[in-house]
Amino acid sequence: MNAIISITNLSKSYATGFQALKDVSLEIRKGEIFALLGPNGAGKTTLISTTCGIVRPTSGSVTVDGHDIIKDYRAARSLIGLVPQELTTDAFESVWNTVSFSRGLFGKSPNPAHIEKVLRDLSLWDKKDNRIMTLSGGMKRRLLIAKALSHEPKILFLDEPTAGVDVNLRRDMWALVRALRDSGVTIILTTHYIDEAEEMADRIGVINQGEIILVENKVELMHKLGRKQLTVQLHQAIEYVPESLAAYRLELMTDGTELVYRYDTRADQTGIASLLAALGKAGIDFKDLQTKQSSLEDIFVSLVREGQ
Amino acid sequence: MNFQAIRAIYSFEMSRTRRTLGQSIISPVISTVLYFIVFGSAIGGRIPEIDGVSYGAFIVPGLVMLSLLGQSVSNASFGIYFPRFTGTIYELLSAPVSYLEIVVSYVGAAATKSIVIGVIILATAGLFVPLHILHPGWMILFLVLTAITFSLLGFILGIWADGFEKLQMVPLLIITPLTFLGGSFYSINILPPFWKTVSLFNPVVYLVSGFRWSFYGVGDVSLGISLGMTLLFLVAFLAIVAWIFKTGYRIKA
Repeated sequence: MNAIISITNLSKSYATGFQALKDVSLEIRKGEIFALLGPNGAGKTTLISTTCGIVRPTSGSVTVDGHDIIKDYRAARSLIGLVPQELTTDAFESVWNTVSFSRGLFGKSPNPAHIEKVLRDLSLWDKKDNRIMTLSGGMKRRLLIAKALSHEPKILFLDEPTAGVDVNLRRDMWALVRALRDSGVTIILTTHYIDEAEEMADRIGVINQGEIILVENKVELMHKLGRKQLTVQLHQAIEYVPESLAAYRLELMTDGTELVYRYDTRADQTGIASLLAALGKAGIDFKDLQTKQSSLEDIFVSLVREGQ
Repeated sequence: MNFQAIRAIYSFEMSRTRRTLGQSIISPVISTVLYFIVFGSAIGGRIPEIDGVSYGAFIVPGLVMLSLLGQSVSNASFGIYFPRFTGTIYELLSAPVSYLEIVVSYVGAAATKSIVIGVIILATAGLFVPLHILHPGWMILFLVLTAITFSLLGFILGIWADGFEKLQMVPLLIITPLTFLGGSFYSINILPPFWKTVSLFNPVVYLVSGFRWSFYGVGDVSLGISLGMTLLFLVAFLAIVAWIFKTGYRIKA
């Protein structure tokens, strides 16, 4: 698949000396949903801000659909819609005017039909004449998305799009993002909600301390790094794990009524069959078995810990 | 050129003006009426003609300049400072808009507003004294040039300020005193030689003098010097704006 954004050896040092990005190279593919994960201060917003022209890169280059973000900034920026993390709006302006303003700013001639469609898609049509200051937090968040979509961008950056948004609205936003992707828009989102990335993303990048530490297809990532856990519920509680089962590194839980076995999904042999046989030999009866796949959150936390 | 963007920013700024129409227009008009009551009628009646012009008529160009300078600076500074303060400047910086287009639209809107107010003040003055404009073309040129030049200064101020206090400090502590001491209400020729020399370091003297010349054909300094100084300020402020955008001073990290 073609790259629509190419970031090459991008570094950013602020005047304070803080290096927010360290030699970052990354390609975003056309038409994908790319989730950028990272702890606070990892460099997510700096990476987005640099690509969008808000922050100057110290070194390196970024091209958007082949257009350099500095030499050919007009062509590059006109392809991008940005939804910032903060709810920054003109409090006294009306919804309709602020969205129309955004369209004009990006060099597009007025198109009331498109603005109406965007506002309807985001359930803001009823509020079109309202002042922004009268909107709720969730509405303001949707308004920022409407502003970003007003000029029909090919690429949409969503910086923490569902922060502070209720569960129903989150699901609506996910549906909207999927619909946008289906219409050909490339989506790059940063999020703290790992389940959001797990739910939405085609590929996942993890950034920590200004460095991209991993970029992987989400399914592959979960397959490669995912660990499974087998919980064996015992008929009777035991006080300790018998010596004969030491090789399995079992953990005794829940007052001795559960044995937990962790195994690698990539291994040829998971060891489950031999474990169950060994349990029988040791005279330990069990009444139930349960397996659990580690979540993206577990993977993310372990990656960030390794990075530190 | 991204003309759509210029139109969008200009219209946005003008709609902000319309929202605050009362405050934008009523306030300078009331101030002008008060100046006329105090200086034109109460005190002006006891002051003889200056350069063959009645005192009431003499202060008209100065009063217009007083408002024009203050309004240009405060409109333009607020126009660019407010997006910085609220954070909405992200949209401006991420849009396919050149620095020139940003300056043209913000400064253009601020200058338009101050010119409108200048014309309203002129019309208000016409209610008190008979207006006579000897060189209307020059009058319009000085009006427009001064509005643009001081809107540029306001733009610089709006970028420099990191709080509302600083935003108000320059018009209050620098522009207003310079205007009052710049011959708005008197001719600097009536000052003792030392203070006349000091006054010549006040840039507003040249603006007021040129503007007054366009009304009555008399000024404190020659027309050429007035025009030259006005253009010099324009170029100087343009150079500072160009430097701001080149370095990203207080706009881009």
